[in-house]
This record gives sequence, structure tokens and C-alpha cells, in this order.
Amino acid sequence: MKKFIITVVGHDTVGIIAKVCTYLAGIQVNILDISQTIVDGYFNMMMIVDAGKVEDMAKMSAELEALGEEIGVIIRCQHEDIFNMMHRV
Amino acid sequence: MINIHEVLETNKMIDQENLDVRTITLGISLLDCIDSDLEILKKKIYEKITRTAKDLVATGQAIEAQYGIPIVNKRISVTPMALVGSAACRTSGDYVELAQVLDDAARTVGVNFLGGFSALVSKGMTKSDELLMHAIPEAMARTGRVCSSVNLGSTRTGIDMDAVKLMGEIIRETAELTKEQDSLGCAKLVVFCNAPDDNPFMAGAFHGVTEGDAVINVGVSGPGVVKTALSRVRGENFEVLCETIKKTAFKVTRVGQLVAQEASRRMGIPFGIIDLSLAPTPAVGDSVAEILQEIGLEYAGAPGTTAALALLNDQVKKGGVMASSYVGGLSGAFIPVSEDQGMIDAVQTGALTLEKLEAMTCVCSVGLDMIAIPGDTSPATISGIIADEMAIGMVNQKTTAVRLIPVIGKKVGDMVEFGGLLGYAPVMPVNPYSCEAFVNRGGRIPAPIHSFKN
Repeated sequence: MKKFIITVVGHDTVGIIAKVCTYLAGIQVNILDISQTIVDGYFNMMMIVDAGKVEDMAKMSAELEALGEEIGVIIRCQHEDIFNMMHRV
Repeated sequence: MINIHEVLETNKMIDQENLDVRTITLGISLLDCIDSDLEILKKKIYEKITRTAKDLVATGQAIEAQYGIPIVNKRISVTPMALVGSAACRTSGDYVELAQVLDDAARTVGVNFLGGFSALVSKGMTKSDELLMHAIPEAMARTGRVCSSVNLGSTRTGIDMDAVKLMGEIIRETAELTKEQDSLGCAKLVVFCNAPDDNPFMAGAFHGVTEGDAVINVGVSGPGVVKTALSRVRGENFEVLCETIKKTAFKVTRVGQLVAQEASRRMGIPFGIIDLSLAPTPAVGDSVAEILQEIGLEYAGAPGTTAALALLNDQVKKGGVMASSYVGGLSGAFIPVSEDQGMIDAVQTGALTLEKLEAMTCVCSVGLDMIAIPGDTSPATISGIIADEMAIGMVNQKTTAVRLIPVIGKKVGDMVEFGGLLGYAPVMPVNPYSCEAFVNRGGRIPAPIHSFKN
């Protein structure tokens, strides 16, 4: 399993989750968990995904970023270890 | 499992508080390049650096993409060149040629700085050390990416005052040769007491002789993250203050540890150390001085500054050592003037003087750093300032350094622009009274009594 964290930050609009999920389904990425919250009026979503079947992570990150630009939100994809290292002893 | 608030906290640090990994520095030993023929030596050096570091920049970029953390600099440190060149270099000109080879190699692999045009002369200078030191001004003028450092003293050996005197002259000459660029050459030149072998930060990085063939050292940063964390505990007591700094330093250092391990794994080169430093940049919100202000000072330099800096430095270390298996380098708060907007403001307001900065170096990780002084400051005065700083390091068993820029043609109050991460600085006044007779005595200052621990 190759766990990555996808975050989406921006103004809430119709279809953000649908578009991201459609993209992920298309490249065989399994979504393990989704949570969302509103911080300072901004929509914040986090997905924990298993990208075990993705060969080129850099390409996936770039495509998610481009998708974010299309929707008008910031999408970022990071390996889970940066969060584990920082927040778990 | 990681929750959304933790994820958002990390990304806020990166996006809004300038959290980054300041440098991945690849240390490369050049001892196996030593040859008595200069041309062969040059070829071997270029070949070894470009071979060992060929994937450094690409690896750094791949790690940035994987974790979404900026890695600002990818750099190289090499064995002090006075050792590598000793068999081949007959003149200072030969050493200048070596500096150019280092510059070419740095350009080829795409690193912005390469450190190690260095000599270790804490007890005495060899002929080779002297040739290298005399080559520094021209080497700094002719190259763009090479950094130079000279270790002039240590707690165990005392201070080599002949070398201190010489470096006063060399710094002044370097300023003269690069006067068209506001004496920029001096920004790439630093002198040390107790120089560490594994420092990843420039200009003082070199690959010590105690190190292996190649090693990855990582320098973390994050003054903005500490400042933001402290803004949430205004008015609280020192216990809360210290706890907050410690926890924040832990988080920042963990990111460095992750990047170092990953770089080491990808390049197949052992991980050396994490340097837990708060390294400011001229960017707003990336300032150590602003942390001092957040602790409760109107400006850096106000009474209380030394105490505030001492606790900051200590808490950064206490949080950091828990986060990494190997900590080394300089590890602490840096207080450069030109690279820190809060320091620049403090100098311009008149809150911060050279003497106060000297006091601050007793409790922070390095020394008098990136300070512009009038171009007509005499070499003896520069040597006197160096001697003071070396003495602080020697007696307190800590690293101290001096990176002064006597800006030719500029006077007190003028502004000097170095560009990029080196920033800009107001020219600061220097005590006008002479120390010439002191500097001219010659010889060594003996090691202090508490260094005899055997």
C-alpha cells in the first residue's frame, strides 16, 4: 500500500469531490478515508488514498494540481510520511 | 490515523509560515583525488564531484514533489582544499585554478554553492594553508559559487593570531577585488573558531577529514513557524513559551529527518546529521529577530535580547534532538543581519549595534554574520573583531564565526544590496579606536585552562 494524502482547499462549489473522485477512479487509486471542514470560510477536504497502482507519482501530483486549477481550488498530493513524522513520535 | 487538522497545520506551515528544508548538502571527500600533478588533480576533482553529485539536484526535486515540502538549496561541501592541494599547488595562482575547477563542477551539477575552499589553521599554518589563504581574494572574485572558510582557533588549541592577522588583510583584499559588486566576495568567506566538520550551511560548509567518502547532511529552518506558534501564547509565562518553541522545533526537525533519510536512500549515500537551525531569509515572516520581538522585545537589540536568544537557542536544541537520531553542524539560531528583515530594521532604528551582536553570539549558534561595515575599516580592526569572536568561541567551547563585509566606497548608514538569500544591509559603525599593536604581536593565544580535560 502506498498511502498519500490529497488535500483540497478553496471556495466551496458544486462537484469538487465528484471531479476529484472521478479522476482518482480513472487511475485506479482507492480512497480510504475522506474528511472535510470549513476553516476561516474556506472549504478544506482531506483524502487518504492508496496509490499502490500508480507508477508515476509526479505525474499524478501534476494532474491533480491542474484539475484544481480547472475547478478553482488548490489540490495537493503528499506522501503520508511527512504528516506521520511531524505529528507522531 | 492522521487527521485533517494535523494535515492542515503542516500545510499552513509550508504555505504561510515559510517552513522549508533549507539545504541538502552533499559532503564529498576529495582526499583520494590528491596528486602531485596539478592538471591531474584538477581532472580528478572535477570528475569525482560531478560523478558523486550528478543526481543531487534531481533527487532534491523528487523529494520536494513527493512530500510537498520546499527544499530551498542543494549544495556540496568538499574536503578543505588546503589539504587536497598541498601536494600539487606551488603558488596561490594554483589554488585559484582549483577554485575555478570547483566552480565549474558546481555549475555542471547545478548546485548554487559549493563550500570547502578552506584551511584549518587553529594552531598553525602550513605553507599550503598560507598559499590557499592568499588565493582567497582572487578565488572569490573569479568564481560565483565557491565558498571559503578558515578555522582560526579552537578550545583545544587556542587561537592562531598570525592567521587572525592575515585574515583581516585577506577579508579587506577580497572586498577590494569585488568592490564593483558591493564587496560580495566577503559574503562567501567566513572565519571560524571550533568549526564543525559536518556543517551543511554556507559559507562555512566543508567536508571534514573525520567524515566518510560521501555523506548527506541536511539543514532545516523555520523561524516563521516558531514565530507564528509564539503569537498564540502571548502573555504566557516562560514555561509555556519554552514548551511552545520546543514542540515547534521538534516538528520542523522531523521534516528534515524525513528528507535526509529519503535523500540518503535514493542516492545510496549515508545520512550524516541534521543541523537544527533557525536560518532566516530576507522574506517577511522568516526572521529570527521577529521571534525575539514575539518573545517580548520591541526590537532585536533591546535589553533582554541576549536572554531571549539564549532560551530560544536552547529550546530549539531540546526540541530538535528528540526529533533526529543524529544532530550536528551548527544547530541553533542564526543571527545574520543582511539575511533577516527584523535585524535590518533593528539596525536602521538604532536598536542593534555591533557590540550587542557580539554579546548575542555568546549564546546563539554561530557569530557575527553578514554584517556590512565601512569600506575604510583597517585590516587590523577587522582582525581585532575576529579575535574577540574567536575568544568567545574558544572560552565557551562553542562554534563562533565572523562574516564581515567591509564594503569598499560605502560609509555608515549606506545600504548595500547583495541579492537573493544574501539580502541587503545597512553599513554599521565600527569602534574607531586602534588595536594594531595587539594584532601585530604575532604568535598564538594559548588554549584556555578548562580545555585540559585528559
